[in-house]
Amino acid sequence: MTLVGSILIDGTAYAMILFMITVGLSITLGLMHVVNMAHGAFAMLGGFAAVELMSRLGLRFELALVIAVVATALVSVPIERFVISRVYGRPELDQALLTIGVAFVAIALVNLWLGASFSSIDLPAWLSGPVDLGFRSFPRHRVAVIVLGCLVSAALWLFIGRSRFGVKLRAAVDNPGIAQSVGINTSLLYSLAFAIGAGLAALGGIAGAELLPMEANYPVKYLVLFLAVVAVGGQGTLFGTFLAALLLGLVDTASKYLLPDLASISFYLTMLLVLALRPQGLLGRKDVA
Amino acid sequence: MTTFKRLAALAGALLLGGAVAHAEPVRVGIIAPFSGPFSNFGEGWKAAIEAYQKLHGKTAGGQEIELIFRDLTGPNPSEAKALAQELIIKDRVQYLGGVVFTPNAFAIAPVVEEAKIPTVIFNAATSSVLDKSKYFVRTSYTLPQITVPIARFMLDEGVKSVVTMVSDYAPGADAEASFVKTFEAGGGKVIEKVRVPLKTTDFGPFLQRVKGSAPQALFIFFPGGPPSYGVIKAYKDNDLRSTGIRLFGTSEADEKDLPAIGDAALGLESGMFYAGAHDSAANKAFVAALKDVAPTAVANATALEGFDGMAAIYHMIEATKGQRDPDAAMAAIRGFAWESPRGPVRIDPESRHIVQNVYIRRVEKDADGKLFHQEFKTYEQQPDYGRTDARHDAK
Repeated sequence: MTLVGSILIDGTAYAMILFMITVGLSITLGLMHVVNMAHGAFAMLGGFAAVELMSRLGLRFELALVIAVVATALVSVPIERFVISRVYGRPELDQALLTIGVAFVAIALVNLWLGASFSSIDLPAWLSGPVDLGFRSFPRHRVAVIVLGCLVSAALWLFIGRSRFGVKLRAAVDNPGIAQSVGINTSLLYSLAFAIGAGLAALGGIAGAELLPMEANYPVKYLVLFLAVVAVGGQGTLFGTFLAALLLGLVDTASKYLLPDLASISFYLTMLLVLALRPQGLLGRKDVA
Repeated sequence: MTTFKRLAALAGALLLGGAVAHAEPVRVGIIAPFSGPFSNFGEGWKAAIEAYQKLHGKTAGGQEIELIFRDLTGPNPSEAKALAQELIIKDRVQYLGGVVFTPNAFAIAPVVEEAKIPTVIFNAATSSVLDKSKYFVRTSYTLPQITVPIARFMLDEGVKSVVTMVSDYAPGADAEASFVKTFEAGGGKVIEKVRVPLKTTDFGPFLQRVKGSAPQALFIFFPGGPPSYGVIKAYKDNDLRSTGIRLFGTSEADEKDLPAIGDAALGLESGMFYAGAHDSAANKAFVAALKDVAPTAVANATALEGFDGMAAIYHMIEATKGQRDPDAAMAAIRGFAWESPRGPVRIDPESRHIVQNVYIRRVEKDADGKLFHQEFKTYEQQPDYGRTDARHDAK
């Protein structure tokens, strides 16, 4: 019973971290249909911004987090306007090449700026150390990530699924011509959506830094992980990403407890199975895949 | 006629003078990652080499020494071989140094063997590397050299049961095998041997599992950087210490990574051949020189590998007065003993591997709140236990 409880708790916590680090990609790749290989670069940018704000300027973690997320979103606007917007509607390979180029530039810049060592984000006391759950102890940081994951998914569900912005965005993505002709400013919408995606990437980078600490190679090192979660979830669905993170997190954690030797295979085996049965992902629409 | 004579005399003087002033320097090629994800090695070595030259000058055996650095970013045998060939044929180096990865060392072995180029391996830590060429000599360590003393220390401490947890790749398997062999030979019990996939990011479940098997201690080996950070952090977050499970490691909390690992590293006990805080005059001189030539460089095991690598190269140049005599150079380095910042060391004449002290240390905080490794026990003059002729049993 303790074992099952442990698997559920650790699995959910890991799933929330997976969700947090991929939710930004779920917006840019999933909703906007941009093959965004530079997702990790924005996550890294946010993470390093938080590290530097705290260590050089001595800011509190909470304040550094907010500034880093907003700054990353702002930085993404000119990148989207002047670089990435050029490949909207172009073949996917063009998009992949351009965005992976952006990721490599980010890696080289960070290497020049900070070298090859890694940095962690110093969490405040109320977020670090273990908390007693009765039958076992549990890292406090992960409680916070679970809460944050639920809040972010609820907010996005309201914002993308229920607001006028969300309706317009989906219209602009599905049929840019008609959307423009009924008076929707599609380029503004795209910039805004991309900035939200980048900001969420930064938030996820910071929230997940306990497991994926910041280093120059971050954007490429974890690229497969990011893409796996979004692919299993399916394009165009935030809830799919949430479900995929949950599935992959639980499977991965269960195999670490029960069959540690198969721990790395189980993650990819699950991905293989899901995509073999449903190439469009768990909740993806067939026409998109 | 007189004009011609004068010109001839002038030309002769110039030639002679030129020969004295521009004697061919002894060229040394250094192959290391200076860019990319492993550039910490190259940067650390370069700083340490500069520190060595600051302390010992830029000449040896009366000859000037010229260093040629070549960037090799990762494990890439064909590129390693090409770089070694280029350095030997085009740049006419007399010595080679550096080499982080074992596959690269294997790849350059036939080249240096054929060209007879004494090569100081600064890192590549697999025991068998040195068997590949009789011109190889190594100033780093091997995992058995470190893990055997750690196992003995744990037995000395009365630890009877452990779980081992290593990264699932060749060095991890080496560390596990030599540790388990020594620990069991000394009467200890290994409850479980866990191998963690290299790509693991969430170590929590593995640590919870260890908590469940309730050993007296957990022995770990992980590569530096994020995996070491992850496992040390998970040990703290899952509260293993308060249940009485001690944590013993090897090189996980390198001085370069300690600030990022933070307070989670406090209390970690480990064994290693060098700590930046090692208390000796030679180390103080090294740390001061390093700070002088490269203010951001960190005095860690990597830097010291490069520093002692230079000591070996300088000794060979001195013994041969800078002349190209590879066999005399190798004869001079076999059995060479010197006082390194890590303590007394010598090159084993048989294996050409460095024999050195292994220190047991604990992570503590100094007066300024900076984390460091406090050495408290020494296992003196440890050989490479990874060689088949070495003794594994506890003494």
